Amino acid sequence: MKYVKQDKGGLMYEENLLWEKQRSDHPGVDLPAPKNLKSRTGQKERGDIGLPQVSEPQVLRHFVRMSTWNYSIDHGFFPLGSCTMKHNPRLNEKMARLPGFAHIHPKQPDETVQGALRLMYELQNWLAELTNLPGVCLSPAAGAHGELAGLLTIRRAHELKGNKEKKVLLIPDSAHGTNPATATMCGFTVRNIPTKNTGRLTLEAFKEALGDGKDVAGMMVTNPNTCGLFETEIVEIADLLHRHGGYFYCDGANFNALVGKVRPGDFGVDIMHINLHKTFSTPHGGGGPGSGPICCTSELAKYMPVPTVVKKGDGYKLETKKDRPETLGRLKGFQGQFGMHVRALAYMMSHGADGLKQVSEDAVLNANYILAQLKNDFHAPFAEQGPCMHEALLTDKKQKDAGVSTLDMATALCERGIHPMTVYFPLVVPGAMLIEPTETESKDSMDYFIGVMKDFAQDVAAGDTRKFHDYPLSTPRRRLDEVKAAREPKLRWKA
Amino acid sequence: MAGLKYTNDHECVKVEGDVAWVGITRYAQEALGDLVYVELPAIGKKVKKGEYFAVVESVKTAAEVYSPVDGEVVEANDNMPNDLESIKSPVGEKGWIAKIKISDPAQLANLMDEAAYKKYIESL
Repeated sequence: MKYVKQDKGGLMYEENLLWEKQRSDHPGVDLPAPKNLKSRTGQKERGDIGLPQVSEPQVLRHFVRMSTWNYSIDHGFFPLGSCTMKHNPRLNEKMARLPGFAHIHPKQPDETVQGALRLMYELQNWLAELTNLPGVCLSPAAGAHGELAGLLTIRRAHELKGNKEKKVLLIPDSAHGTNPATATMCGFTVRNIPTKNTGRLTLEAFKEALGDGKDVAGMMVTNPNTCGLFETEIVEIADLLHRHGGYFYCDGANFNALVGKVRPGDFGVDIMHINLHKTFSTPHGGGGPGSGPICCTSELAKYMPVPTVVKKGDGYKLETKKDRPETLGRLKGFQGQFGMHVRALAYMMSHGADGLKQVSEDAVLNANYILAQLKNDFHAPFAEQGPCMHEALLTDKKQKDAGVSTLDMATALCERGIHPMTVYFPLVVPGAMLIEPTETESKDSMDYFIGVMKDFAQDVAAGDTRKFHDYPLSTPRRRLDEVKAAREPKLRWKA
Repeated sequence: MAGLKYTNDHECVKVEGDVAWVGITRYAQEALGDLVYVELPAIGKKVKKGEYFAVVESVKTAAEVYSPVDGEVVEANDNMPNDLESIKSPVGEKGWIAKIKISDPAQLANLMDEAAYKKYIESL
């Protein structure tokens, strides 16, 4: 009997597309043809819409098999720098599944969802307290959406104040790529602030980029920055920016290094987003959705998007444009990712203020443990300046000349069952490997990672480099030709 | 290469009369990896020194190419998007991305010569 080979062998599944599996002679669901059905819209009867004919168990296996090709924080170590892939506590999930949170509808009248509104109000208060920025809008749906909300708020403020000439945003060259992208989307022009060899912003470089400051609407800075370093001159820089009428937007992607220890409002931030899916443990990287609330000063709060939850007497209500006419308006349907608000508040309340302090302490400790263990095996560009914050930065400088690059080592990590770190970012550091273990990783799992990385360094030093170009060997797909894929993309399933 | 000038941002420049031919250095090419796309400027685009006029994209990243001088784009290398490997040729042959008419020749004095650029990349 002839059969189609389905597996590579053992538990290494191959998986065809549903269209390749389908058999029109045995459909998954067999419904009788409708009788006497009149079209109520006057449209022509719809013909075959071309869905593949597969049965329920076939569909189930298809998606479950593909899910086994995925890698997640629930599989193993995931040290993706600046992404804060921490454990998502199951308590959060339990809270989010309470029927009073899970089964309500966003169109229910306010008086029937007071518990949910109170939860949002409390989350706003926690975020306000942790950032020392009293205006909080929970609705942005992700980090970049938070950036959009924040920059539109700044733009709205300048527009209503009549600052027509303020069109430039100052952004350091170590910024996340989303920062200049968001600035451009909001109609600002980006002016670069070069970071020096120390990996940090300097007041001197800032002054040069500021010029006379007349055209400067604000600046966007991530602190700690993408080199894993705290910006030590940030207070002076923020003061100078404020004296020239600019607003300080902080990218909150790296808030896990500061939470409970430093309030960004205290170092001059006017407005920032918080990635609930990073710092506050809501699932992301396949498990999303994200959630990127913004926090701002009371001055900017009148301009930020609606809705926000306010307390009125004993009850809670959603504030709309009627209540806050200077708002830039609504940016998201309904109230944002409410399920993530539940998880984030559950995380905050189960940790408490002292627990959140320990989060950032342990996150920084873990990153420094990795840096200390690996800084002699790999080039660590800023290690001589002292400890890092929540992520450790290494490069391939010591291995590159032997023909083993950051990409080769990242690929080899897949072979050893570890998700690669962030590679080639920040852009200002050639061959960068940005490693963020987070506080939830055990010493054992970090020691495994450190051992694997030391093996790589030793193999390269001993000239055993060939295997690095063959990896990965035990993944469902071998190394892909990214250049060819980008230059000659095949955009159709079959030509 | 002799006679070429270089910027801190790894552009290489060949000056011919009052026109600057601008490409990117070998160092920049190696840092980017193989290119998959180049976005050329429009003819007549006015540029200031340090402002970007083109974008090069590799599988790793997209990078802006900055103008070494104030001026106006007079020609863009239309052949380059079809032959991305040509970026590796000398800037005076196929490796230029755009030609920029120089409005202030005094700015050329701020660019590095080959020896100074070599020293600069060693310091990185």
